[in-house]
Amino acid sequence: MVKNALTTLLIWLTAILVSGVFVWLLADIIIHGLPKLSWSFLVETPKNAGRSGGIGPIIVSTLLILGVAMVTAIPLSLATAVLLSEFTRHDSVFGRLVRRSLDVLAGVPSIVFGLFGNAVFCIYLGLGFSILSGGLTLACMVLPLLIRTAEEGLQAAPNEYRLASAALGMSRSATLVHLLLPAATPALVAGLMLGVGRAIAETAALIFTSGYVDRMPDSLFDSGRALSVHIYDLSMNVAGGDASAYSSALVLILLLLMINSIALSLANQWLHRSVVTA
Amino acid sequence: MFLSRTDRQLAALLQGCALLAATIVLLILLFLIKESWPVLQHVALTRFVIDASWHPVQGLYQLTPMLSATLYSTLGAVVLATPLGIASALFSRYFAPPFIAGCYRRLIELLAGIPSVVYGFWGLITLAPLIGRLHPPGVSLLTGILVLTLMILPTVALTADAALAAVPLAYVRGAAALGLSRWGLISGVALPAARSGIIAGTLLAAGRAIGETMAVLMVVGNVVQQPQSLLDSVRTLTANIALEMAYATGVHRAALFVSGLALMVMVLVLVSTAELLSRKRHYG
Amino acid sequence: MSHFINNKSEQVDKSNTDDAYTLGPLQVGLPCCMPEPLIRVDNLSLHYGLKPALEDVSLDIYKGCITALIGPSGCGKTSFLSVLNRLTDLIPDCRISGNVHYDTMDLRHPALDVQRLRRDIGMIFQKPVPFPLSIRRNIELPLREHGMSKQAGLNDVVQQVLQDVGLWEEVKNRLESPALALSGGQQQRLCIARALALQPKVLLMDEPCSALDPISSGVVEDLIQRLRGKYTVVIVTHNLAQARRIANYAGFFWIKDQRAGCLIEFGQCKQIFEAPVHELTAAYVNGSRG
Repeated sequence: MVKNALTTLLIWLTAILVSGVFVWLLADIIIHGLPKLSWSFLVETPKNAGRSGGIGPIIVSTLLILGVAMVTAIPLSLATAVLLSEFTRHDSVFGRLVRRSLDVLAGVPSIVFGLFGNAVFCIYLGLGFSILSGGLTLACMVLPLLIRTAEEGLQAAPNEYRLASAALGMSRSATLVHLLLPAATPALVAGLMLGVGRAIAETAALIFTSGYVDRMPDSLFDSGRALSVHIYDLSMNVAGGDASAYSSALVLILLLLMINSIALSLANQWLHRSVVTA
Repeated sequence: MFLSRTDRQLAALLQGCALLAATIVLLILLFLIKESWPVLQHVALTRFVIDASWHPVQGLYQLTPMLSATLYSTLGAVVLATPLGIASALFSRYFAPPFIAGCYRRLIELLAGIPSVVYGFWGLITLAPLIGRLHPPGVSLLTGILVLTLMILPTVALTADAALAAVPLAYVRGAAALGLSRWGLISGVALPAARSGIIAGTLLAAGRAIGETMAVLMVVGNVVQQPQSLLDSVRTLTANIALEMAYATGVHRAALFVSGLALMVMVLVLVSTAELLSRKRHYG
Repeated sequence: MSHFINNKSEQVDKSNTDDAYTLGPLQVGLPCCMPEPLIRVDNLSLHYGLKPALEDVSLDIYKGCITALIGPSGCGKTSFLSVLNRLTDLIPDCRISGNVHYDTMDLRHPALDVQRLRRDIGMIFQKPVPFPLSIRRNIELPLREHGMSKQAGLNDVVQQVLQDVGLWEEVKNRLESPALALSGGQQQRLCIARALALQPKVLLMDEPCSALDPISSGVVEDLIQRLRGKYTVVIVTHNLAQARRIANYAGFFWIKDQRAGCLIEFGQCKQIFEAPVHELTAAYVNGSRG
C-alpha cells in the first residue's frame, strides 16, 4: 500500500517536474521574445550583425530553402511510397533493399548530412553555398520520414477499394489516382507536416550548405541564412544579440505551430470534402 | 502479376524514383569515404587514439577527448531521460485523469518538434548561468547533459507511450481481475510487455543524442580536453565538425570527414540494434 | 476470344445500349437455363503459402444460369470465386494449380488481359464497397476507365443501370450526393449497377445479402432472379433457403480433414436439396451438420 502511494507520488512529481521545466522554457522564450516582435521586425533587414533591425531576408531564405527541399522531396517520396505499397510484393528483394536503406538514412546524424551536402552539392556539383544546396541537403534528410508516413498512409487505405476496383477491371494507376491517394491524403499531409517541421528546425545540415549570408537572396544560387542558423549565430558569435535571438526563436516556434495548424485544417477539409461532395 | 501498359509505365517510373531514394545512403557513405581518403590512406586508425593531441594541420589526430565527451553526454542524457520519459508515459497512460493526460501528451508532442537550436539557446542563456553560479564557467558537460536530456525526453516518452498503448487490453484486464494493485499491474504486466518497445525507443533517443550538434555545441564550452568532472568544458565530435569545417582545408578537412564517418557508424549500430529489438517484438 | 490476350482495351459497345441494359421482366420459377458450360473448372487446387485452401475442385458453370455455392465458413468458396476473375493475383503467395477455362480461353494464361477479363466477369462483395465518390461517379469511373467518355452516353448508362437495379426512383434527384450516404441495401444495389454498367457476361456474388437487413436482402434477391438468362450468376450464400429459391445449380463445399476445402457434390439445385447423393450434403441441407 505504501509502495503504491509512493510510486503514484513519484510519477506525479515527475510529470510536474517535466511540464514545469518545459513551461519554463516556453515562457522564457515568449517573455523575452515578445517585446521585440513586431511587423517591422518581420520585414526589415538585419542591422549591426543582427543586433538590431529585423529578420525579413532570413524568413525569405528559410522559406526558399524549405520550398526547394519540399519540391524535391515530395514527388520522390510519394513515388517511392507508392512503389513500395502498391507495386511491389511485401517480400520482394527490391522492396526490402529500398526499405532497409531508408531505415539507415533515417538514422544518419544531421551534421553528417551537412558534410555530405557540402561535399556533393556545394563542391562536386559546383552549386556553392546556396539556397539550392541547402534545400537539396534537407530534401535528402526528410526523405525517409516522408516515405515512411506516405507508405503507412497508403497501406491504411481500405483494401476493399483495391479489390473492388480490380474486380471492375480498373488499372492500378486509376485505382491509385481516384481512390487510394484521396483516401490517404490526411496521412500524406500529416507526414508532410512532420517533414516540414523537421526541415525548418534544422541547423547543422545548413551551416555548410546554404551558408551564413544574411542579405536578401536574389536567386536560388545565392547563399541564404536560415532562421535557425540566425539564432545560432546571434547567440554564439554576436555579443548583445540575445534579444534578437529570443524574438527569432519565438518566430521560429510560431512558424512551426502555424504550419502544423494549416496542415491539420487542410487535412480535415480534404477528409470532409471527400466524404460529402466529391 | 499482370499490369496494363499504363501500369507498367508508371511502375517503371516509380522504380526509378525508388532507386534514387535508396542510393542516397550509399552516396553519403561513398562521399564520406572519398573525402576522408587523404587521411585514411596515410594515417593508421590507431593514430586517432594514440596521438598526443588534436592538431590535424600538424598531423596529430587524437579524437579521444571528443569521443569521450560525446559518449559521456549521451550516456548522461540517456540515464536521466529514460526514467523521466517512462514515468511520463506511465503518467499519461495510467495515472492522470483523461483531460490532464491529453494535455500532457500534447505538451510532449509540441516539445518533440521544438528545434534543437532553441533548446541550445535556452540552455546557453538560462541554464548555463545557473550552473555557472555553482562552478564557473557554466558551459560544461553537465549543461550539455541537461539540455540533451530535455531534447530526447519527448522521444523516450512518446515511444514508451506507444509501446504501452500496444499492450493487449486483455493482459491489463486479466491482471486487474486478479486484484493486482495499480503498481503491481504496471510493474508486473504492462512494463514487461512493453519492454522491448521501450528499449528500442531509448536506443533511438540515444542515436539522436549522439548525432545532436547545435544544442550541445552551444552549451558545452567546446574546449578540447578529457573531462575530469561534470563541470568541465568539453567538445563533442559533432561540435568539432561544426566548429572547424568553416576553415578546414586539406588533411584537416579530411580528418573531419573521418569523424563524420565514425559518427555514422556509431549511430548505425544503435539504429540497427533498435530495429532488431523491435522486429523481435513483432514476431512474438 | 483472342482479343483477351492482346492488350487492347475495347470500347464499351454503344450501338446496342438500348436493349443491352434492359433486363427482362421478373422471372418467377426456375428454368431458363441452357445446359451449356460457360466456365469449366478442372482439378482446381489453391494454396495460400503452404496452407491449402481448396483441393481438387471440378465443376461447370452453365451459361445463363444461377449457380449457388453453399457450405460452412472457411471452406474456400470465396477463394473459388476469386480464381474466376483472377482476383487471386492481388493476394501475395497464392498458388493455383489445375485448369480453368472461360468459354474457350485459359483463365490462368499469364498473358491474359486481366482488366478486360474482369470487365466480362464482374464481382459483388459481401460488404458493399461503394467508392467515396458521388453516386454518379461510382458508375462513371469504371466506364471512363474502359474508354467511354461521352457525357450523354454515360448519363444514359447511369440511368439505365440504376433503373435495372430499381434504384433510379430513389436516387434520381441526388446523383451527385455521396454514395456512402446510401443505406446498406441501396449501396449493394449500387455496386450491382456499377458492375452491370460494364456489360459483363458473368457476375460473381460473394454472399451479397448477408450484410443486409431482411427487406433489402429480399430486394437484392429479386434483382438476382431477374439477372437469370441474361447473365450467368455464381453466388456464394449461407442462406440455404435463398439458394433453394433462386439457384438452378448448387455446389456443396466442405472442409476435408480439417485442412482444405473441397467440392462434395454438384448438381441441379432441386436434386442437391431434395435427393442429395452424399450423406454430408444431406446432413448439411437438412441442418444437422455445419
